[in-house]
Amino acid sequence: MNQKNIAKLLAGLAGLGIALGAATAMATPEQDRQEFIKYYTSKYPNVKVDDYVYGALAFDPDSKAQYDAIMEFPPFEADIEKGRKMWETPLKSGKKYADCLPNGGKQIAGNYPMFDEAKGKVVTLQDAINDCRVANGEEAYKLNDMKTMGVLTAYMRTLSDGMLMNIKVEGPKAMAAYEDGKKTFFSRKGQLNFACASCHVQNAGVRLRSELISPAVGHAVHWPVFRGGDNLVTLQQRYDGCFKQVRAVPPAQGSVTMNNLEYFHSSLSNGLPMKASVFRK
Amino acid sequence: MRKLHQIAAVCALGAAVLSGNVLAQTTAAKEETGKDIAFNRTKGNCLACHGMPTVPDAESTGLYGPPLIAMSARYPDKAKLRAQIWDATAFNPSTSMIPFGKHGVLTEQEIDKVTDFVYGL
Ligand code: HEC
Ligand code: HEC
Repeated sequence: MNQKNIAKLLAGLAGLGIALGAATAMATPEQDRQEFIKYYTSKYPNVKVDDYVYGALAFDPDSKAQYDAIMEFPPFEADIEKGRKMWETPLKSGKKYADCLPNGGKQIAGNYPMFDEAKGKVVTLQDAINDCRVANGEEAYKLNDMKTMGVLTAYMRTLSDGMLMNIKVEGPKAMAAYEDGKKTFFSRKGQLNFACASCHVQNAGVRLRSELISPAVGHAVHWPVFRGGDNLVTLQQRYDGCFKQVRAVPPAQGSVTMNNLEYFHSSLSNGLPMKASVFRK
Repeated sequence: MRKLHQIAAVCALGAAVLSGNVLAQTTAAKEETGKDIAFNRTKGNCLACHGMPTVPDAESTGLYGPPLIAMSARYPDKAKLRAQIWDATAFNPSTSMIPFGKHGVLTEQEIDKVTDFVYGL
């Protein structure tokens, strides 16, 4: 994204369709990712792209040092342990999660969200877990229930630590879902009139009050996070918070809009290593 | 953890200021000034994005926007200053400044007061 394209994309809904077309005609997800990286690295040549997985901490060595100290003895280990018990408890059918997810549930988180051709829509890792539950006689967990789905994924995603994010966008339907997510990312919303990009592209590395803003590249690899050490937050729960912050009504978690947003947003982190879970302020 | 201490200190300060206000209100309901509105996080929250180098208690300010200083010299036409606050997107469609008037974040009277306050910076 060069300055001009970003400006066009943020210039408002009226111009958005045209701007998206003009700025990114035929842009592949890989080209988009490269453009984002070019935008950030030209503004901050001294911050390594590999460090973007630390979010705002990449721009603040003091806070990063605090983070490193906290991560030596994570205060949320009891929750991960709870998640491990959930993961290993057989479902009603007698099968375990490992029996019904690809590769026993290991080294797969970086493939999600993925476009499911049979369903004709994007599915997240949470959706795959719920499919597994329903197929084995259990009820689906509520996506915004941090005590069940949140805690389970806090453990489950550790099984993919080190895997590189690997979101694939293949075929016209997948591309349409990706473009829809991109549109959400660049559309202004809420009474305060912000797009995700207003903060996480235009103002990445800049302070909003005392809050340093993270870049969108690297955003999707380290979920859930434990804010303040014990408050578990999943990725879509975080989206929910960011929507509310600008006084917008958040789309429901697990809705097509949210899943497409997560699809686009995750593909920006392609090639970066997964890590669950981490501490956040 | 130095930051935590700073935050704690700011909170304590906030509490002191708040209780001050409460005391003042027992005698006469105090009307919000332009500065109050500009500083209030649920109203103007200008400090989220702008430094105000000439205002000593403008603390932990953000950097989305330029520092607000020498405004009357830079905006000889006060109406133009008000228009920037009312809808910044009119001048820069890709701005990240909130359209305070257009989106009804502040009332017309509140914008008048904030404009007067900012004009004096
Ligand atoms: C008004 C500014 C603002 C807007 C608009 C905004 N965010 Fe945020 N966002 C923040 C702040 C502040 C944080 C916390 C500091 C940080 O990590 O960047 C944050 C954090 C995040 C994080 C967590 C990063 C981490 O590593 O912990 C994600 C993911 C995120 N935002 C996604 C989004 C998405 C998607 C949108 C649009 C729906 C959005 N944000 C819109 C301000 C904003
Ligand atoms: C979320 C960010 C944000 C907030 C909140 C914000 N501004 Fe701004 N402001 C900006 C940005 C960015 C600019 C730079 C010009 C532009 O893009 O419109 C700006 C520019 C300005 C300017 C023009 C400055 C110049 O040097 O010409 C004025 C005046 C101004 N803002 C006043 C205010 C006032 C008063 C408030 C609170 C009621 C406020 N702003 C709140 C982001 C913000």
